[in-house]
Amino acid sequence: MSAALETVIGLEVHVELSTKSKMFCGCLNEFGADPNTHVCPVCLGMPGTLPVINKRAVEFLCKAGFALECTVAPFSKFDRKNYFYPDMPKNYQISQYDMPLTTGGRVVLPSGKAIRLNRIHLEEDTGKNVHAGGHMTTSEATLIDYNRAGVPLMEIVSEPEIGSPDEAEQYLMVLRDVMLYIGVSDVKMHEGSLRCDANVSIRPLGTKELGTKTEIKNMNSFKSVVAALEHEISRQHACVASGERIVQETRGWDEVRGLTYSMRSKEQAHDYRYFPDPDLPPLSLDEATLASWRSELPELPAQRRERFITQYGIPQYDANVLTQSRFDADYFEAVASASGDPKQASNWLMGDVRKSLEAHGLTLSTSKMTPAALGELISMVKGGAITGRAAKEVCDVLVAAGGDPKAIVEQRGLAQVSDESAIVAIVDKVIAAQAESVAAYKGGKAKALDFIVGQVMRESRGRANVDVVKRLLMERLG
Amino acid sequence: METGHEIREAIARRDRSAEEVTRAALDAIGRVEPSLRAYITLLPERALAKAREVDAKIAKGEPVGKLAGVPTAVKDLFCLKDALTTCGSKILANFKPPFSSTVVERLDSADAVIVGKTNMDEFAMGSSCENSAFFPTRNPYDLEGVPGGSSGGSASTVGARSVPLAVGTDTGGSIREPASFCNIVGVKPTYGRVSRYGMIAFASSLDQAGPMTADVRDAADLLGAIAGFDPMDSTSVDVPVPDYGVGLRDDLKGVRIGIVRDFEDSIAVDPKMAKLYKDAYEDLRKLGATFVDVTLPHAKYGLATYYLIAPAECSSNLARYDGTRYGVRVDGDADVYAMFDKTRTAGFGDEVKRRIVLGTYALCSGYYDAYYVRAQKVRTLMKHDFDTAFAACDVIACPAVSCPPFELGAKSDPVAMYLMDYFTIPMSLAGIPAMSVPGGFVDGLPVGLQICAPAFEEARMLAVAHAYEQATRHAAKLQPVVS
Repeated sequence: MSAALETVIGLEVHVELSTKSKMFCGCLNEFGADPNTHVCPVCLGMPGTLPVINKRAVEFLCKAGFALECTVAPFSKFDRKNYFYPDMPKNYQISQYDMPLTTGGRVVLPSGKAIRLNRIHLEEDTGKNVHAGGHMTTSEATLIDYNRAGVPLMEIVSEPEIGSPDEAEQYLMVLRDVMLYIGVSDVKMHEGSLRCDANVSIRPLGTKELGTKTEIKNMNSFKSVVAALEHEISRQHACVASGERIVQETRGWDEVRGLTYSMRSKEQAHDYRYFPDPDLPPLSLDEATLASWRSELPELPAQRRERFITQYGIPQYDANVLTQSRFDADYFEAVASASGDPKQASNWLMGDVRKSLEAHGLTLSTSKMTPAALGELISMVKGGAITGRAAKEVCDVLVAAGGDPKAIVEQRGLAQVSDESAIVAIVDKVIAAQAESVAAYKGGKAKALDFIVGQVMRESRGRANVDVVKRLLMERLG
Repeated sequence: METGHEIREAIARRDRSAEEVTRAALDAIGRVEPSLRAYITLLPERALAKAREVDAKIAKGEPVGKLAGVPTAVKDLFCLKDALTTCGSKILANFKPPFSSTVVERLDSADAVIVGKTNMDEFAMGSSCENSAFFPTRNPYDLEGVPGGSSGGSASTVGARSVPLAVGTDTGGSIREPASFCNIVGVKPTYGRVSRYGMIAFASSLDQAGPMTADVRDAADLLGAIAGFDPMDSTSVDVPVPDYGVGLRDDLKGVRIGIVRDFEDSIAVDPKMAKLYKDAYEDLRKLGATFVDVTLPHAKYGLATYYLIAPAECSSNLARYDGTRYGVRVDGDADVYAMFDKTRTAGFGDEVKRRIVLGTYALCSGYYDAYYVRAQKVRTLMKHDFDTAFAACDVIACPAVSCPPFELGAKSDPVAMYLMDYFTIPMSLAGIPAMSVPGGFVDGLPVGLQICAPAFEEARMLAVAHAYEQATRHAAKLQPVVS
């Protein structure tokens, strides 16, 4: 019975570190270049070449470790993981086996649940096989692009404590946010700088022992992680329901068909023949270096979220959204300071700014609107220089093209009109045109007044001072 | 041909031009090459161009490098930009690297004249040069005999006096044993003393490049030119390189020499060999040295330890030769793993395959702790043995080999061949410097004396070897059968 079973998920997340150069050579670490242009004898595994550790990659991994409350090992080593695959130039991958750079640590989900980490280790990425003319089974040739070979990669291994596909997604989102905050990776799943494998099993609710697991690979987006996990869990439930045994195996996620398929069984699993890489002496990190890396860590998303709630008094939901990226959070704080009104800053960013960004296909980081401009716009509304309605129009212009809000207001003639003589004419015109609504209002339908006010505002192109409009209408309609 | 330092001085005095010297060396090589076959590739154009460059510098009064104009051979596992670099293997029969090894770059900047790439056992696995995928090299003192290995080509060409300097590599004895066989000086420096960058790997934790030369002074000069920290090799050590030529001595007063008691039974098997070494120690004593008995209790496990660690590392190091990126490819009919299989089956020789299989097995989960981890522990004990020994002596003198050069085909049993490294492997495992210096003759064929020192004490080792060499002058007592 599926109701009596619980899901156990462990994730192995690979994150490419955004160092300037590769893990063991001087080649550029850059996505999207022409094939085989960022390669050298070392990352091509030419005879006689030797690896040299990229210190920056070690620093990045340690910072990630500190951010996730891991224990950073002052002494670790690199090992060779041996297996043959054409995208791997040496037919072994330099990785870390039994002495990873960090152990322990945890990822705290928005719900407050903490998923413990097993370890984070440093390794080199492989190249990429490109199947010319489509799919692996139908293409005429396989080409290999070694630009990615040797890119620094950290593998973050969780304990099997994730309870659902939703939690898995949250876990990935928290990891992504943290990596962006500390600036060690651009964590773009579609570019492969964040990749994820999942170990999935089910067990009777309340039991301790883990069920037989399957490892799921080839999930290329957060959505596909959720879909693949959901599918795999229901497949395992079906297995149990029909009395079948769950087989320990590696399964691939087929995005198109929406199902997982068997790749290889436990019996076919590689013996990686790990042993310490004799080309690299053990890595030792002194106290002072580790302390200075730790001190360089910025405020992390969870801490910042709490501070936003207490310091600015904004709702939890808004704080969650605003702290998702370091850029957005910095932006919010700049607007809050420029406008002197953090709540309004939050309201604008969560509301009208977001709508405009979406409409123009932009983000805060790609839009030309500066925090100072948005702050000034908010101040202008508060000071009565423009109406809230006109400000929406200015905001949209700012989002799309940037500029100075005052100049836009002037150009477009959007300054608020409070002068009665100018508004009276519009009010009278609307009363004349909307006889039906006027009659309804007079007949006791109070809501009809809102409609008439709206019409006046529309007629004034949002400029009329709404308080003045309401007063004039009341005077005339009694 | 004279020694490298004599040539260098003659060129510096302008008695001869580097070009003349180079042409003479190329002629000498050409005369004996049909019988010796020491080279896989000769580089006459590169050599002459370099010689002219040296001559031009001297003509303009510009400073020249420490090895200016000296003809030098390099083992065919040092990558040399755009030149064939085969490592003695069919799988690299067409490989021209797009970069040069640090050793080659340092030879170039010392203004040495590189004349060619020497023959070797495939991937440096062997003790006779018979495992070359291309052809065997002969011993210049006995054309039916092997020159030793794996640096057999380098030993043969220096032994024939075609060139005074060659660079070889030593993993378990591959410089010292062929030096012994070919009546020359061969130095395996401390692990980490010379950069391994661009030197095709056999066993990374053991491989070390070193000089193979006409005399000890040449070895000192050549080591000085190639040694030193290299940021491209994380296992190279940042210890200053002294001028090794300065400290060479002519007597051994006050020097305490350790004699390894554990080796006595092994060498006593051959009374002629035992006598040769007894005489050698006596020559050292006459020079003023005092003797200390030392023991290396774990030396008897050296071979077993070595044949786990070296194959384990080689099984991984040689995985890259799969036909995908460089070297020879055998097509696999659209199946990449079939391509790997066919390429490696056709490309590697028997000894290489034997060691890959051995090493793969030793690293398998389930066997790893019993073999690889245990071997590493023995290795640590071996280091402690030497530490203890060197607490009581300055250098150790011991046999380099158990026999004089043997005939081609004489050792068809792999283990018999492995035993050739019995006296050289312990030092390799401990990472300490060791060398072979001509020590006399058995049955009319050369035999070397091994001298070893604590890590980074090459100067001390060379000083002792120099005093011994100057007093005995064994090398000059026997002429090559070809010239």
